[in-house]
Formats: sequence, structure tokens, C-alpha cells
Amino acid sequence: MSTALTGPVVSRPFDRKEPLGFSALNHFQGLVPVCRKEFLHIVRDSGTLFFALLIPMLQLFLFGFAVDTNVRQIPTVVFDESQTQESRQLLESFANSDVFQLKSYAQTKEQMYEAVRAGKARVGIRIPYDYARHLQDGSTATVLVLVDGSDSTVAGQAVSTSTGVTLRESLARVLPSGKMPIEVRPSVLYNPATRSANFFVPGLIAILLQVMTILLIALSLVRERERGTLEQLTMTPVAPLGLMVGKMIPYGVLAFLELCAILVVMRVVFVVPIHGSVIVLLAMSLPFLLTVLGLGLVISTKARTQAEAFQLSMGTILPSVFLSGYIFLIDNMPPIFQAISRMIPTTYYIQILRGIILRGAGMSDLWPQAAILTVMGCAAILLAARQFVQHKTI
Amino acid sequence: MTPVITSDHLTIRFGSFNAVNDVSFAIGKGEVFGFLGPNGSGKTTIIKALCGLLSPTEGGGEILGMDIRKDAAEIKRHVGYMSQKFGLYEDLTVAENIDFYAGVYGIKGSKAEQRKDEVLALTGIEHYMKRRAGQLSGGWKQRLALACAIIHSPEVVFLDEPTAGIDPVARRALWDLIFRLSGQGVTFFVTTHYMDEAERCGRVGYIYLSKLVALGTVAELQRLPEANPEGTMRIQIDTPDPSSMLETVRKMRGVREATIFGRSIHALVDANQIDSLKSQLPDAKVKTIAPSLEDVFVTLTYRIMETAA
Repeated sequence: MSTALTGPVVSRPFDRKEPLGFSALNHFQGLVPVCRKEFLHIVRDSGTLFFALLIPMLQLFLFGFAVDTNVRQIPTVVFDESQTQESRQLLESFANSDVFQLKSYAQTKEQMYEAVRAGKARVGIRIPYDYARHLQDGSTATVLVLVDGSDSTVAGQAVSTSTGVTLRESLARVLPSGKMPIEVRPSVLYNPATRSANFFVPGLIAILLQVMTILLIALSLVRERERGTLEQLTMTPVAPLGLMVGKMIPYGVLAFLELCAILVVMRVVFVVPIHGSVIVLLAMSLPFLLTVLGLGLVISTKARTQAEAFQLSMGTILPSVFLSGYIFLIDNMPPIFQAISRMIPTTYYIQILRGIILRGAGMSDLWPQAAILTVMGCAAILLAARQFVQHKTI
Repeated sequence: MTPVITSDHLTIRFGSFNAVNDVSFAIGKGEVFGFLGPNGSGKTTIIKALCGLLSPTEGGGEILGMDIRKDAAEIKRHVGYMSQKFGLYEDLTVAENIDFYAGVYGIKGSKAEQRKDEVLALTGIEHYMKRRAGQLSGGWKQRLALACAIIHSPEVVFLDEPTAGIDPVARRALWDLIFRLSGQGVTFFVTTHYMDEAERCGRVGYIYLSKLVALGTVAELQRLPEANPEGTMRIQIDTPDPSSMLETVRKMRGVREATIFGRSIHALVDANQIDSLKSQLPDAKVKTIAPSLEDVFVTLTYRIMETAA
């Protein structure tokens, strides 16, 4: 054996006779130096750091203010053939609902249709010339409400509100006292003003964190592949898990800081109250960060170039926007899409965020979501490490 | 003497592609072994297999008595590797690059400091400690890469085209370093395209189409019967205008190969035709020469191409 191979000048940092040792620590060989080096990269590349932190913030402002699903002031065109006190009273009820904005008045049926077709109005209300007469002789008066169905939310709101408005008018005329026998008093829990920001900003946090984290970590590993430093690392005793986890820690810290900043903006700028515990919220964000970091690593083992990594990272956005319950209710989806949404990590994190922020839920309510995310995250990291080992041999 | 690096009928196939075909050699301690061959002939694949990164399809090998199939993890601790790409982090400083690789090899504390000082002194890069690696010239990058590759005092160092794109002064400095370390018992396995570098090596292997076609000292290779086919001789033709003469010489009877070398033509010719050749070149001086290493490899390559066709 060749135990005395080195010459006098070359010192020996370790002894060959040292037992190999297959402890768990060996699987994480290189974690600390990789982690330290990655922090240096982040600090040195201030441009990337700036954009990584600033762009999610800009998007938060942009989308946070823009998204409002409460339908108000729908532009409405009116064709009042009746021109009576009764017809004006009905129109006033429409206007008072806050849903309709009586914007223009048509002189003919064609003008009304044209206004809707041209998009100048989304709703047309036509009150026929015999409206007042029908009301007076006790027969049924008809009112045409023409709704532009191209936006389903607006159309739905217009139909239900117009039905409500006319129903109220009818009852008021039928009932002698003018008093309603039943009055519904809806009490909206957790988001009493039904402010859209309260609903959408917590979900937006998940999307923004996901995009930023996946992209940063995937690019960092692919950059090493492109520059040849990864090849060098494979020749060293760095363990795949050491490399992966070593890279995850700095980007995890970065994402966590961004999360804190976003929460502050949400609270201060969008005035969304956090009903639950902030500590629990931060703690339960960690499993999600674990998952998206793992996802970024899986992407980085698939992508050969930074452009590919960018494409793949962007590909994760749409499913997590549309199938995670961020915009559309999961319960309304066909079963197959419900199954898909259950495989998307963002689904669970949005449940955690909305649960804690809007409903004041705690660990005991949301631990299943956190557990699922933790399992997903560990699986992603192991998959990435496996892929990485297989990649080396090609 | 126990060999430090052994390749034993090493064969590596990627699907139907034979990347390395039945390659055997043994390299002793302190040797500087030169490995030549065209791009894609399998040089890097052999290095990766010997470092345990690739499992051989057939055959095997040993590094310091460790099996390349089974002891990959332990082999990595005793082997240094430097590629043409250098594997440096350009946004980190010289010191940070060295610290990183020391950490990766698990060298800690005072040992790390001591070892760092040693490689810095050895490569002479201590003046650039705070400089970013990306701001160094090619030659200094290469020295830093070497410093990182030997931070863990490897007994075996693989250099994969270490001097590609480096100026002659830096190249010479690197070779001086290689020989200093080899004098201390470090074994080097160096791939290169440069013949002058190959001639510096103690022994040279030439790989072509995934097969090791020649192996030996430079002098041995120059005497190879394949490089000096029977009934032929190598001549140097000194003529005032070699470039315009080359085509004429190539078309002459009895000329097997001809190429320009400096201000003369080197040719491999049939010995029985030498007199008629001389008579056709009245203005030229013709003398017999030993084949250069390049001549040897070119002749070998042509022979293989002929047998393949």
C-alpha cells in the first residue's frame, strides 16, 4: 500500500488510515463551505439581490391595488320608453344599489344594443312604454335587463342585483304596509367589508415568494453548471445533499426576509389585519419555503442553461395561480383538477396564509397543510440530490 | 514498485458509443504522465472514470490501491483535479476561492491556514489574495485553479488540458510547478494538445478513437515500428520555398507523408526511392532525421485510419 506517498513539503491534512465513517454527517459533506460561499455570491451580486427583493415588492403593490373582485358601478345604458314617475323610481333603485352606474340614455332599442356591443355599457335596462300602466292595473310589468356575459363575474353580479332590486320594488307594491316580512341580515365573518385585498394579498404572498425563490436557487445551480464549477465540485468529496442544502439555506434566508417585508407592506399599505399569530405564520411558512427551494433544485437538475431554468421556473407560475385556489374556488373545479390542485404546494400555503391572516387559525387547524408541505419539500430535495448524482455520470 | 494509477482493460460505453475501449496502463509514483489525443477521443472520460465519477462498463482500475468502482468517495479525498475551465468562482477573491475548496475537502482550523500558506507560496499568488478571481489574467487564474486543486495535498493530480489558451510564460511556470510537486512524490496525469508539453512528460500515452494506440517514453515512441514502417525513412528537405514545394513533394513517387516544419519539409519516404527523390530536388538539401513526437502521432493516426477504411 502507498501510505508514505507524500514528500516532505506537502503536509497532510488528514490521515489515510482514518476510518471512512458512514455517519449521517457524511451525506451533508460540504454544507458549511457551500453555504458560506453562496452568501458571498448573494452579497457580491448586488444587482440580482436588489431585483430579487424589489420586484416581488413592486408586484405586490401592482397586483394588490389592481385586483378587486367586488363588482361596483357597472356602466349601464338605459332605454326608458315609459318616462313616468314609476319608471324613474325603478331606475333610482338600480342606481342606489351601487352596482349600476346609469351612464347613458338610449333613444332607441338599437342604440341600447349598440352601446353594449361597443363595450360602452355592460348592462342595458329597457323599461317598456306600458310599464306604469301595468303596475297600476295590477298586471305584470316586464323590464328587460340586457347583460354582457363576456365577463362572468360582472354578469353574475348584474343579474343577481337586478333581480334583487326588482323583487324589492315588487314586494313594496304588493305589501300594504310596505314592510318586509323577512329581512336577511348577512353577517360576513373574518372579512366583514369583503375587501378584495384581504382575500387576494395573502394569496399573492405565496405566488411572489414561490417565483422569487424557485428562480434564484435554480439559476444559482445552473450558473455553476454553465461555468464549469459544478464539474469541479463533482471531483471533490462534496455530497449531493451537502451541496443542495448548502445552497438552500442562503436563499431560504433571503426568501424569509422578503416574506417579512411583504407582511409589513400588507399590514401597513393594504391594511389587511393579521387575525392569527405572526410567529405561527412565519413558522408555518418554513415548510413552504422548503418545498419551493426543493422545486427550484429539481428544476436546476433538469435545466442545462440559465435560459432553460428561467423557462421552467416561469412554467410553475400559471398552475399555482389558477389551480391553487388563489383565484378560483377549488371546490368548483372538475375532480381531475381538484386532484391536480392537491399536488401543488401553493394550494396548501395559501390555505395556511388565509387561515392565519383572515380567520385567525392556528397550528392545530393547519398542521396537516404544514405536514404535507414538509413531506413535499423533503421529497423534492431527495429527488434533486438523486437526479444530481445521476447527472454526474452522463 | 506499486503503481499509483492503474487502468485495467478499462471500457466505457454510453449506449452503443464506445467512449473508452480496452485501455490499460500503469503509472508510478511521482511520474508525470502525458495523455494526448484529439478532442472527443476519450481523455476526459478516462479521467472521470479513474476518479470514480463514471462506472466502467468493463474492466476497472485503481488509484493508490483503491478500487475505482467501490472507493469513489475515498479516492476523491486523495485526488486533485483541474480542468480547462478552472472551476473558479469569479466573483470570489483568491483567498475566498482557496478557503472554499479547503472547506469542501474538510480541512479546518490551523491545518487549513497552514495548507493555504503552503499553496500560496507554491503558486506565488499571495500578492493577489484580495483580488477577485475574475480579474486575474489567464495565467494567474490557472495558478489559482492549481492551488485549489492541491489544497488537500493530493497524491495524484489530474490536469485536463491545463494550458489551453495560456501564454507561453505562464505555461512554462505551470510546468515548473508540476515538476516541483512531482519531485515531492505527487503523481501527475496531464492531458494536452501541445507536443512540446508532451515531450516534457516522462511517459506519454496517445489515445485515438477511444483506444490507447501508443504508450511509452518519448524516445520509445520515436522508435516505434508503427511510426517507422519498414523500408521507410524520415527526411528533412531544406528548400528556399517550402510552401510552394510541398504539393510537388507530396505527389512524388515514394513519398508517404509530407508536412512543413519551420522553413523545411519533413517527409516519410520509401527508402528505395530516396535517390530518385534527391535527383528530383536538385536545389534542396536532404538529410535523414528522427521522427518528432508529432510525426509519430500523425503516422499512427494515418495507419489507423487506413486500417479502418
